[in-house]
Amino acid sequence: MRTILPFGPQHPVLPEPIHLKLVVEDETVVEALPNLGYVHRGLEKLTDIRDYNQMVNIVERVCGICSCIHSLNYCEAVEKLMGLEVPQRANFLRVMWGEIHRIHSHLLWLGLFADGFGFESLFMQFWRIRERAMDLMEATAGNRVVISTNIVGGVRKDITPEQKAWILAETDKIENEVRALEKTILDDYTVKKRCCGKGVLTKEQAHQLGAVGPMLRGSGWAQDVRQTGYAAYGQLDFEPVVEYDGDSYARCKVRFREVYAAADLVRQCLAKLPEGELAVKVKGKPEGEVWHRVEQPRGELYYYIKGNGSKNLERVRIRTPTFANIPPLLAVLPGCELADVPVIVLSIDPCISCTER
Amino acid sequence: MFANEQAVTVDTLIPECQKRFDEGLRLVGVTAVEIKADSTFDVLYHFDQDLQVSHLRVNVPKEAPVPSISGVYFPALLYENEIKDQFGVNFQNILIDFGCTLYLEPEVVKSPFCTFTFARKEKGKEEA
Repeated sequence: MRTILPFGPQHPVLPEPIHLKLVVEDETVVEALPNLGYVHRGLEKLTDIRDYNQMVNIVERVCGICSCIHSLNYCEAVEKLMGLEVPQRANFLRVMWGEIHRIHSHLLWLGLFADGFGFESLFMQFWRIRERAMDLMEATAGNRVVISTNIVGGVRKDITPEQKAWILAETDKIENEVRALEKTILDDYTVKKRCCGKGVLTKEQAHQLGAVGPMLRGSGWAQDVRQTGYAAYGQLDFEPVVEYDGDSYARCKVRFREVYAAADLVRQCLAKLPEGELAVKVKGKPEGEVWHRVEQPRGELYYYIKGNGSKNLERVRIRTPTFANIPPLLAVLPGCELADVPVIVLSIDPCISCTER
Repeated sequence: MFANEQAVTVDTLIPECQKRFDEGLRLVGVTAVEIKADSTFDVLYHFDQDLQVSHLRVNVPKEAPVPSISGVYFPALLYENEIKDQFGVNFQNILIDFGCTLYLEPEVVKSPFCTFTFARKEKGKEEA
């Protein structure tokens, strides 16, 4: 018998509201349709009343979890439009804060994932480790989440030699503590039972359906926008993390390994951090159009920006990774058991405030 | 105008997308830009292959029909529904057409991102 079941907008595994209309036959999902719009804020439209410098603060509020990477993308796009060359020190600091953001985002997700299985203690362990990353941001930028370090032309904050040593020590602790927990979750019978072979996105599907981030790399694609070398990534050793099974378990493993890769990038940044200015002076107004993308914790993020020579931009378009991962999610749900839906939905690391902007 | 951009018309849009699909390009996203000077829309389609990005641009008068590419690239349906909600671009034959209710409530009759907006309501009801 066919029944339509609502999944969300309020659900224990969803920190934010999204509604999926699930068509089920007995206990098997046969179709899924999304319903968005619960938290849409129309932030792109604020270009009408906020100038291009004020928009840095607006785009940081698209998402609390990866705020710094939104502003990095926006600032780099405007800088490209205005022909600005950002000081090297600023580029390295941008990457450092961006990678600390990636660590805290993945740890937040790992905690929620553990919570999704009812592993309350493990959830608290991941979030306890995440506090170290939050402390790093608070001490270096003055805020825990929306750190507002990026400005058009560079960065507004610097780090001292003492902070550099402390960041290195904390990064090592984070990596060691996560490694100690990795086996607990990846070797667990229940986790394997509920993740292995569930929500499988084949390599071909991932490409055709436009998957991004761990969703794409968990299906065997070694593609990460950081390979394009934006900011300081071109001067750092970096290899994308890839898994091949395409299931929820593979996506979880990608995120674990990306925490270690991010810790390594932070260490490389600090080792190679050049001396120099933090920002260049910005003159003129943006004119023309530009398309720029970076890698968020959840995947590829792009900004399209059009300026008309006035202080207000004519158009800012933001395509966030969760938005791109919704069609693949709709493709993997049919055929799965109803009981597996929460974990599969969680495995894409949905960020609805990003999606709806 | 981007470096790797090609201008297309509504008639050549789907064949060009099909060509890219057959060549293995991934659809990265779709962007709508309102061109206030001549009351048209630019609809940009962004593609990627091995981290090389390319774009298609179609310029259409407001209210003119634009064929949906969701038959070629399935994920385009979300982008097209979003643009239809926000700008009122008249996409035709979207695989799943939310009818301007992806984000908006049914009673909303204006395209909120657009300077020149179109009423979606039936004739005889209150003017937008």
